[in-house]
Amino acid sequence: MKRTNTSRVPLYAFVAFTLVMFAFPAEAHLNNTGMGLFYDGLMHFLMSPEDIVPVLALALWSGLRGAAYGRRALFTLPVAWLIGGFLGLSTVNAVAHPIIAAAWFLQLGGLLAADAKLSLRVTTALAALLGLYHGYLNGMGMGQPMSAVVVLLGLVFAIFVLVALAAAFVVRLHAQWARIAVRVAGSWIAASGLLMLGWAVRAR
Amino acid sequence: MGHPGFTFIGARYLGVLVIVALWSQNAVAHPQKGEAVGFLTGFRHPISGFDHVLAMVAVGLWGAQLGAPAIWLLPVAFPMVMAFGGMLGLMGVPLPGTEYGIALSAILLGCAVLFELKPPLGVAAALVGFFAIFHGHAHGTELPPGQSALLYSMGFVVATGCLHALGIGIGTVHRWRWGQSLLRCAGGLVAIGGAFFMWKAFA
Repeated sequence: MKRTNTSRVPLYAFVAFTLVMFAFPAEAHLNNTGMGLFYDGLMHFLMSPEDIVPVLALALWSGLRGAAYGRRALFTLPVAWLIGGFLGLSTVNAVAHPIIAAAWFLQLGGLLAADAKLSLRVTTALAALLGLYHGYLNGMGMGQPMSAVVVLLGLVFAIFVLVALAAAFVVRLHAQWARIAVRVAGSWIAASGLLMLGWAVRAR
Repeated sequence: MGHPGFTFIGARYLGVLVIVALWSQNAVAHPQKGEAVGFLTGFRHPISGFDHVLAMVAVGLWGAQLGAPAIWLLPVAFPMVMAFGGMLGLMGVPLPGTEYGIALSAILLGCAVLFELKPPLGVAAALVGFFAIFHGHAHGTELPPGQSALLYSMGFVVATGCLHALGIGIGTVHRWRWGQSLLRCAGGLVAIGGAFFMWKAFA
């Protein structure tokens, strides 16, 4: 019975991952959902693969490392993202460097693929750095501060939910093949980062 | 006692449901040219060449024959090595004899499956990794202009991984005697296909 209870979790995790991988292109301007700024921010994150994939990689990796790591990422990342967003509000032009984006894919995907056993402190630092950098980019050029705060809150809420779901799924995986499936996802993310890196160098 | 079970199952469904619900398409007033099709173009690229498909599936078949840990090491390592080759191609780093390397990979991997060769894991990984660079390089130099680098790359890698998964999926028949024979036949077909592409490369 126990086997029956846990056997479908990896399947759902895979379905969730596949769906998230089908995110649509990022755009410089916010998506207009028609439901207000909060949902515009939420949708902006969900429609930005350059944001969502590193977050997913961090969530899966911290989930692989255990519940304590998952919890740390769950709270550190959104808070850092929000702080980064506030810092970015004072800047006008958004300059997202493609090589840095590729480096995030490569680093977090590689850590996930290798199931790297880094300390909780390093994991926290990585989550904070990721949040600050991407939050800063999101905050840039958002326009009026008051409306931007609501957008940022929606965005951070989406991050919190995604990290909670992804890390919680992985924390409960115990079967070796299921954990390997998660690591394969990491290798795919890192491989995408390598290609993006080549692309960025070619474009220079 | 029944409630915890219900909560457990309900939470799983709820998790998937939330993601599905959030996965809605946006209305794009000003679509950026090339990006909308980036993922699909990238996804189609690895499966557009039959020589690549043969080799990718053969990696999965061989992994299934070799069993653990090769069955999971190869799918984890291969996409990254192949992407490394793709990165070299994108950067313009030349790699001579790419077409021959690709055809040779199908021949050797097909033969490995045909004869059910079981070398040490390091040898198998090195062989697969070596040829992965040729496959990645070929893709890297053929990338069409005007695509979104991020989405194209993701589509490309996901398609490659799916081909491996296909090979591993087919390879699960290895547990039966008839399945072992079937896999060896498939390996023979891959090797013949590789020989054909080698002949074409020389012609």
